[in-house]
Amino acid sequence: MALVKSEELPVRLEQDVVVARQAVRRLAVELKFSLVDQTKMVTAASELARNTVVYGGGGTMRCEVLIDGGKSGLRMTFEDQGPGIPDMTLAMKDGWTSGSGLGMGLSGAKRLVNDFDIVSEVGKGTRVTITRWK
Amino acid sequence: MDRIPILRMGKFLLVSIQVDMHDQLAMTLQDDLTSMIERTGARGVLIDISALEMVDSFIGRMIANISGMSRILDAHTVVVGMQPAVAITLVELGLSLPGVKMALNIEKGMAYLRAQRAAEEGDGLNASHHSDDGEAGYGTRQE
Repeated sequence: MALVKSEELPVRLEQDVVVARQAVRRLAVELKFSLVDQTKMVTAASELARNTVVYGGGGTMRCEVLIDGGKSGLRMTFEDQGPGIPDMTLAMKDGWTSGSGLGMGLSGAKRLVNDFDIVSEVGKGTRVTITRWK
Repeated sequence: MDRIPILRMGKFLLVSIQVDMHDQLAMTLQDDLTSMIERTGARGVLIDISALEMVDSFIGRMIANISGMSRILDAHTVVVGMQPAVAITLVELGLSLPGVKMALNIEKGMAYLRAQRAAEEGDGLNASHHSDDGEAGYGTRQE
């Protein structure tokens, strides 16, 4: 698997969520993702970037363009040094939220991508990685 | 501060969301719309989202909130023009926006609001005097 391109953006403020969405859209268009796949990736990024800001206290988004065999893909990693997630099973449940959201962010984002990985440690932070292949 | 404009047309309020909204902008629109319904006595709200390239759970919740709040304030809300890719993504995300009236385009949305209004006017006529604004809602007449 080859890494073709990598960029990192700060995700600290609400406005950064919009910038993150636009960056993902641009890369998905460059990769010639279908409109539906672009929209899924942008929406998943929006959910996760918001989590980084609201629950993680800010962090970063890294976007990577991958080539694996003949396939190209877009991988995004959201990382924060926030409070972490004490109960992962609960956090991944539809409709459960520790804040004031709908509780669809994590579980919904997972349904919109091909690969989903989350690592969290209480007191240290959270890292969510999603990939969508073309 | 950033604001999404709300246009008044007779008894209806019209909103067209043309920008990629950050969360605070969506919250401001929700607040502005509910206070404007209350202030103007609007009976219908049409929200055009045809320019929105993405609806995530936050914007979805705002749409559902506006719809619910307007109903409590005796107005109907219709959301028009959702792009097919947005609709597909929204359902996979897990939001189906129950209770929110959707229409394919502005014409169908306006037809829905007018029909709701006409039905309610009809009730009013049977109950009391002849309403003097029976035609309102079809034009831009000022009261």
